[in-house]
Amino acid sequence: MTNNFDEKLSESQDSEQAVESSRRNFIFGSVAAAGLTVAPGMMLYQTANARSLSDFSLNEKASSQVRWGMLVDTTKQVDWNKCVDACNKEHGLNNETHSRDDQKTQYIRVVDVKNKTTGYSMSLPVMCQHCESAPCVDVCPTGASMKRADGIVLVDRHRCIGCRYCMMACPYKARSFVHEVLTDQTENTPRGKGCVESCNMCVTRIDNGQLPACVEASEGAIIFGDLNDPQSDISQLLAKHGGKQIRADLKLNPGVHYQGI
Amino acid sequence: MKKLHFIEVEGNTKGFFAFLSLFGLISLIGILAAYYMEHNGHWVTGMNNQVIWGTPHVFAIFLIVAASGALNVASISSVFSKTAYKPLARLSGMLSIALLSGGLVVLLLDLGRPDRLIVAMTEFNFVSIFTWNIFLYTGFMGIVGVYLWTMMDRPYNNLTKKAGLTAFIWRLILTTGTGSIFGFLISREAYDSALLAPMFIIMSFSFGLAFFLLVLMGSYKYTQRELGDYIVNRLKNLLGVFVAAVLYFAIVYHVTNLYSAEHRDVTLFVLSGGGIYTFLFWVVQIFMGSLLPLFLLYSPSTQNRKMYSLASVLIILGGLAQLYVIIIGGQAYPMELFPGMEVSSSFYDGVVASYAPSLPEFLLGIGGIGVTLLIVTIAIAALKFLPISLADEIANPHSK
Repeated sequence: MTNNFDEKLSESQDSEQAVESSRRNFIFGSVAAAGLTVAPGMMLYQTANARSLSDFSLNEKASSQVRWGMLVDTTKQVDWNKCVDACNKEHGLNNETHSRDDQKTQYIRVVDVKNKTTGYSMSLPVMCQHCESAPCVDVCPTGASMKRADGIVLVDRHRCIGCRYCMMACPYKARSFVHEVLTDQTENTPRGKGCVESCNMCVTRIDNGQLPACVEASEGAIIFGDLNDPQSDISQLLAKHGGKQIRADLKLNPGVHYQGI
Repeated sequence: MKKLHFIEVEGNTKGFFAFLSLFGLISLIGILAAYYMEHNGHWVTGMNNQVIWGTPHVFAIFLIVAASGALNVASISSVFSKTAYKPLARLSGMLSIALLSGGLVVLLLDLGRPDRLIVAMTEFNFVSIFTWNIFLYTGFMGIVGVYLWTMMDRPYNNLTKKAGLTAFIWRLILTTGTGSIFGFLISREAYDSALLAPMFIIMSFSFGLAFFLLVLMGSYKYTQRELGDYIVNRLKNLLGVFVAAVLYFAIVYHVTNLYSAEHRDVTLFVLSGGGIYTFLFWVVQIFMGSLLPLFLLYSPSTQNRKMYSLASVLIILGGLAQLYVIIIGGQAYPMELFPGMEVSSSFYDGVVASYAPSLPEFLLGIGGIGVTLLIVTIAIAALKFLPISLADEIANPHSK
């Protein structure tokens, strides 16, 4: 199966307008429907000038005008395991039959953090942080680990040789290695023995105008949007309430921001 | 100094075929172990998503580092014009290629997708030190190959010094590149040190010369050629200096890390609370791999070749332990997601990762040593690498 990203790379921008128009309408409809089903905090509506997911389609290349990101509000009382379950379902994870627990793939995990001095504790979901200066992209010898123009970091599984240097380099431990032959894969997430994989921000969903699975399952605690667009919800929330990045000291400028950490 | 005569080792003997079969078998077992791991996937190994690089990497990096060091003897001869080392220069160059080949075989066969080697050879990311290493390794083989040619083909002897200098500079860059594989990893406390690159260079001097001394003494013993004390004593004295230098770097590396609060915990993990890693550090690396060899090489009571051989074997074991602590210990220590906080998760955040090497991993690593020795055995029988005699009156430039 060729994934949608490969298609996007190869397809030119001047595709048939009619097809695009109908697809756009369909995507808009899908997003509207999705918007109605998620929690009110999602606020999928956009102002007149803001770009929304529905402005992007499969016929367009990923644009460097956009930087997709997420804002996780850890102060909300949410069962983060719902995000993990949604991710596992979307990408067909947890289907290993031989691997030990420490060999199984996890794209997103719930991390419990406790301050030893004060006793304050919290939980938060941690996935690929989609860094602007991604160490995994820098160290990959073949360029399989790459960053799309819109800031999404992902692995080209046709190019990955399984050297695992990206896993050594990632400060967030966000990547997993496929330790065995896998069957029953989902259509949008080809996974193969001997390759490295990680959260790809549900790139095929985004390209289809849908929200990432964890965002959809987060009951409004994870906001997804364009960090480059000052009018987007995520940018406005960050401007108003601020946000932190995990290991900001490393200056990798992750696309995933957190509130309450 | 009398004239040197190089001659091939007699290939049609029982002894030669015995060594050929032994090293061939070790190589074959290594390749079968790799096939087993590739066929099933890495779940049959001790490696996991926390300890990503396991025992094969320890052997591979050891052999690659030793490869660069094995070239030292040739460099001392060609670059620094020490005529005493000239008879050994050919063996030194050939051994360095053999060690590098053994290391690369292990590295390649431990890839998740070794069948995609062609991708690694055609798709490059020049920001990656790994990509640079691909060129450094293949370039090293080419340059040392030319260097050997200039040594062995009389009309080109006048180019030996230039080729030797090029190879010398290249090998320094190569080991810097190998050390930098770890030095560039900002995310892991154990590796975040600029000292790693120079430390890898001095490690290469020590491990490479230990391997060289064993191959030299072994090949002369089993071919009944004469090897005088002059050359052996020079080499073992030099080896002692290198062992001491590695020890010095290990001390500076850990003491400087202890001084900075950021790296203190991981250093204390290695030095005191790291279980197997602490044992390997103090007992195998420091005592068995550094102090004991220094005693054996320099103590007046142990001045014989058996003790030098023992010292060389211990230096190699100590080197493997040192790399095991750096590579696997550095991964087992939990990564700091939230510095200063206690963290836990289903993905083993905040806990020391468990890793137990599996038999196939170990066999693949040993297989790399087998490949190295197989190449050496074939090479000394095929081409004129070894002088027919290294008796003192021939090897000692001051002998009348």
